[in-house]
Amino acid sequence: MQSPMDTRHRHATTEIAAEAPREAAAGSRLSLWAKLVRDRRSLFGLSVLVLMLIMSLAAPWISPFDPAEQRLLLRLRGPLVQAEPGLRCWLGTDQVGRDNLSRIIYGGRISIFVGVAAVLIGGSVGVLLGLISGYFGGRLDSILMRTADVQLSFPFILLAITIIGAFGAGIVKLVIVLAISGWVVYARTVRGAVLSVKQEQFVEAAVALGAIDWRIVLRHLLPNVVSPVIVIATTQTATMILLESALSFLGMGVPAPTPSWGRMLSDGREYLSTAWWIATFPGLAIFVTVLGINLLGDGLNDAILSRRR
Amino acid sequence: MGRYLVGRLGQALLVVLAITTIVFFVLRLAPGDPARILLGDLATEEEVHALRVQMGLEEPLYVQYAIFIRNLLQGNLGKSIAFRTPAFPLVLERLPATIELSLVAWVLAIVIAFPLGIVAAVRPRSPAAFFYTVFTAGAQAMPSFWLGIMLMLAFAAWLQILPGSGRGTPQQMVLPALALALNPAAILARLIRAGMVDVMEKDYIRTALAKGLGEAIIIVRHALKNMLIPVVTLMGLQLGVFLGGAVVTETVFAWPGVGRLAIVAIGGRDYPMVQSAVLVLAFVFTLVNLLVDIAYMFLDPRIRYT
Repeated sequence: MQSPMDTRHRHATTEIAAEAPREAAAGSRLSLWAKLVRDRRSLFGLSVLVLMLIMSLAAPWISPFDPAEQRLLLRLRGPLVQAEPGLRCWLGTDQVGRDNLSRIIYGGRISIFVGVAAVLIGGSVGVLLGLISGYFGGRLDSILMRTADVQLSFPFILLAITIIGAFGAGIVKLVIVLAISGWVVYARTVRGAVLSVKQEQFVEAAVALGAIDWRIVLRHLLPNVVSPVIVIATTQTATMILLESALSFLGMGVPAPTPSWGRMLSDGREYLSTAWWIATFPGLAIFVTVLGINLLGDGLNDAILSRRR
Repeated sequence: MGRYLVGRLGQALLVVLAITTIVFFVLRLAPGDPARILLGDLATEEEVHALRVQMGLEEPLYVQYAIFIRNLLQGNLGKSIAFRTPAFPLVLERLPATIELSLVAWVLAIVIAFPLGIVAAVRPRSPAAFFYTVFTAGAQAMPSFWLGIMLMLAFAAWLQILPGSGRGTPQQMVLPALALALNPAAILARLIRAGMVDVMEKDYIRTALAKGLGEAIIIVRHALKNMLIPVVTLMGLQLGVFLGGAVVTETVFAWPGVGRLAIVAIGGRDYPMVQSAVLVLAFVFTLVNLLVDIAYMFLDPRIRYT
């Protein structure tokens, strides 16, 4: 296993340049898929991800109870408690008698939505700025990269505290804060890749044929930076889900009635000695989700790297 | 070397300036009148206006910014709304606790990562290498606050052999430091393993093996020395990361540090306190990164700094 930082950097700078532009794209995609399914790690990660997606989408149909329904007579009951005839709370109930399992199922929606939204926004902005920075160079490039440096020298959690401390918590603000924290990785990687692809003959040919800047960027440079961006986006989704849960845990996430894994953990912390299940299971859900995405990211990384070799 | 140092110092100053500017504008853009918050709902419009004038809030924005910077240089970051005393000294009071926790966790991460990474590289099929794989994958996916809560559950609530919160005794340090250290330890161990795998294939290692040197001596004297540079870089970067991570861990374990102070201040809409805590942590973070870079300059004389 390699550190994500160093592999990312490697294929950002050298491997990309070696790849032929767009030929055999369909064929290699098929073999990439086959590689992923054959690799046990990736298969596990993929399954976890698909399962979580189905769970979130189908939440209203599969969750046994209304996640907001309070049953004070059944508060702080352990796993498997019988709530109604023939209906159990498999993972126990919380401090106001809400069903833990149903809240975890609904909480997954928040985690996955926030994670994916932050990656899409942060990723798009980062890729765009990276393309601009790498292709045009010059003063714009140095301004963007200095901005990235400054941001990296500011711990994410402090940024979140500043913004959420001033504007209050909310799902949109949460996504924005996470997207701001995410763009730098993409921008740097894409910029590095663009700098090396720019030297290739097919780009030179396009310039010689009189192609305009945007055409070169979109048709010739963008397709060549897609692979590393996919790998980064995968691992970043895991990071974003972790950060979202941390902010929710600190009370800076999605506001109260909406169930989120991080908030459930902070509620559960108060009842640790009497009701261990409240904090344990949502944490387990975060752990499995992030582990799955990380393993898929490792698998993707290896599959793309080995395809190049 | 001198020029590099000056440049690096300038960069650190630039970062500090950027951070203070961002914090200033974010808080000025925030909804809610600071004077009104300070005086409460019962104050009259005239009283609020008088305080706004006194606080300089009626001045144009650039004047406010200048006042903010001047106050900052004097260590005056406003009064905490909750405590009714200047916020900055309150933050400084909590700083040693945060630094202590971060440093202990940092050392712990290093102590865990080195043996694990080395064993995984040198004995790839051993049970220890298997443990390495499970540990690195697990620790990277585990939210530190959940790990903290699970540690609390196991050692404080069930086994009752370690305290689950507070600060003062060495025992109270164990669980927070572990919770904070495991994730960075996993990242560091991966880098150490990768470096060791690379270096153990080198010719000079084979030569040392061939002339009959013991494995332990080879690892310490030949291998470690030559793969240490990226590892030391990451260790330096991580020291700063611990300061940020401490915010979460402090909240889990009720550790009386700056992070917990900031989180409580957000809950109470105590803007001056939030601002002071963020600025102090950001300065410490920048300072740590600067010191690490300077230390690095002495550790690796091969790199030419221009």
